[in-house]
Amino acid sequence: MDFRDITNVEYVNQGDYACPGCGAGLSMRHALKVLGEKTAIVMPASCWSIIAGVFPTTALQVPLMHVPFATAAAVASGVKNAFNEKGEEDVNVVCWAGDGGTFDIGLQALSGAAERKEDIIYVCYDNEAYMNTGIQRSSATPPGAWTTTTPTGNPLVYDKKDMFNIVASHNPAYVATATIAYPDDFYKKFEKAKNAKGFRFIHLLSTCPPGWRIDSKDSIKVMRLAVESGMFVLMEKEQGKPINVTYRPERFIPVKEYLSAQGRYRHLSEETVNEIQDRVNRRLKELGLI
Amino acid sequence: MNKDMMLGSEAVALGVKLARPKVISAYPITPQTHIIETISEMVDNGELDASFIRVESELSAISAAMGASQAGVRAFTATSSHGLALMHEVLHWIVGARLPVVLVNANRAIGSPWNIWTDQTDSMSQRDLGWLQVYCETAQEALDTVLQAFYVAEKVLLPIMVMIDGFILSHTLEEVVIPEQEQADEFLPPYKPEYYLDVENPMSFGNPAKGDVFYLFRKDIQRSMEASFGVIGEAHEKFKKVFGRDYGLYEYYRLSDADIVFVIAGALTGTVRVAVDRLRDSGVKAGLLKIRYFRPFPKDEIRELLKGKSSVIVLNRSLSFGSSGQITQEVMGALYYEKEKPKIYDYILSLGGKEVFVDDIVNIAENLGTLSSSNILWRE
Ligand code: SF4
Repeated sequence: MDFRDITNVEYVNQGDYACPGCGAGLSMRHALKVLGEKTAIVMPASCWSIIAGVFPTTALQVPLMHVPFATAAAVASGVKNAFNEKGEEDVNVVCWAGDGGTFDIGLQALSGAAERKEDIIYVCYDNEAYMNTGIQRSSATPPGAWTTTTPTGNPLVYDKKDMFNIVASHNPAYVATATIAYPDDFYKKFEKAKNAKGFRFIHLLSTCPPGWRIDSKDSIKVMRLAVESGMFVLMEKEQGKPINVTYRPERFIPVKEYLSAQGRYRHLSEETVNEIQDRVNRRLKELGLI
Repeated sequence: MNKDMMLGSEAVALGVKLARPKVISAYPITPQTHIIETISEMVDNGELDASFIRVESELSAISAAMGASQAGVRAFTATSSHGLALMHEVLHWIVGARLPVVLVNANRAIGSPWNIWTDQTDSMSQRDLGWLQVYCETAQEALDTVLQAFYVAEKVLLPIMVMIDGFILSHTLEEVVIPEQEQADEFLPPYKPEYYLDVENPMSFGNPAKGDVFYLFRKDIQRSMEASFGVIGEAHEKFKKVFGRDYGLYEYYRLSDADIVFVIAGALTGTVRVAVDRLRDSGVKAGLLKIRYFRPFPKDEIRELLKGKSSVIVLNRSLSFGSSGQITQEVMGALYYEKEKPKIYDYILSLGGKEVFVDDIVNIAENLGTLSSSNILWRE
């Protein structure tokens, strides 16, 4: 893609409440540049409930509806059907949810909406824990990671829930992973999601400097390390087509480089790091990447 | 006039159709199922031009209705019992968001143990949210109340819960006068909200509000509740003009010269009417007060109506464990400032569908001398 095509219009106002270096703030800014003004956002409880601003101010230049934690995909189904009934079929109805609202408490509504092939775009910005409440573990937290409810590390017997495949098993119009650290890939995927019809899901890896124990200035770098090490694979699946890996590093770097860049993994033993590396290798092999 | 025999549930569905909602979302639960089956049919055969969302839970049913309402269209859902309980969080949210969603609840007990039969525990547990609550006695009343509910909700910007008793109203055939669509359209104007999700005029709904503002929002809900008395009156007046049927916040029967007054809400009112007639025949001056609107509770009018009576027997079909029947609490509150208060009997008439016969009601009045008005009364 040509970066000169990116609009200068900003749909996220200055002065939002995101922490410096927050991946979620940056992701919204760029997602809306693709989706444009004909977009309505449904937002369950998450950091974005705060980032969007305190009444009577708002950080967004598109209509926004805050909703209870477990309900995003169901509310969006109602919103979309209402827009259709009003003859405004061209409005993008977007759920913008964190990992808690997607992997955990919102999963049932998400599965329902995906199964019904609701014509909505569901975006999960995954910062791998309940960050808004102060860094508690979710089912998106990777094994080994420190959080306030896993003070000695998230149990290694756990696996991070595989949202991409969970959603893909509903046979949606489009499902993808992305991160704003690879903006060209990110833009292309939002473009595809915008142009497809039916249920669309984008799983964004999204840094949280206070939760990941990283410096704000390293936010993009750490998201890149996640991809370069194979911890997070950039891929997509269009309905009826096989999984397509959209970015393939020339050579995967050791996961140790990704883990050691973050304070939340500081306590890991050599052995645990090796175990995590093994799991990553297994997954990369499954995907035919190594 | 076009009349037909139909189930209470079918009468509700007909009322919904006449109101022309644009989005209906629902999840099945006994004894609500006939309502949503009938509406699905109406949508599928084109009688009702709307989207029907077949969601995967009641939590999603109410959430989808909320989303549709926030996007600016008329939205409806129906549920019962456990379903209503599962909706609880979103029921709160809808009030705060000031969305005029209409919900029909087929009153049913809540487990454990499992019980599909009627009582009012489900809706009484939701009385403090800011939803208006109406209890219906007949299929005709259910149909008419659904139409009135949209009218009132959209003017006061608060949601309304319309109750029909599970089985004894939902699954019972009754004669119903079928309104014409033109009449319904004359009564209920199209829904045109001032604020909604609009890409031409973007706004945020539900952003965090600090205490000072939040407090004002909540005060405003109470103000609207108070103002809804006037709107309900206006709705009933217009309804009478268009359809010729008369409704009030409450209804009474043989009340003016009564000494003993039964107070009840819902479909068992019919049984009490017959009991009142029997008592009158045997010389007991009995009367009946039927509560239609439980929220807002018309306490001033009810105080006037019950003033000077010797005994008021409140027939509850739910209770606040550790306190008393919820209807009793309201009646007691209404009478607090009266100098000469009637004796108020806090009677738990039925739970989980325990059957009630005319004799049971008659016996209460006949044995009143042996009953205490200072504690909860249970049947044998
Ligand atoms: S806590 Fe983390 S996710 Fe939340 S706003 Fe701050 S950086 Fe972003």
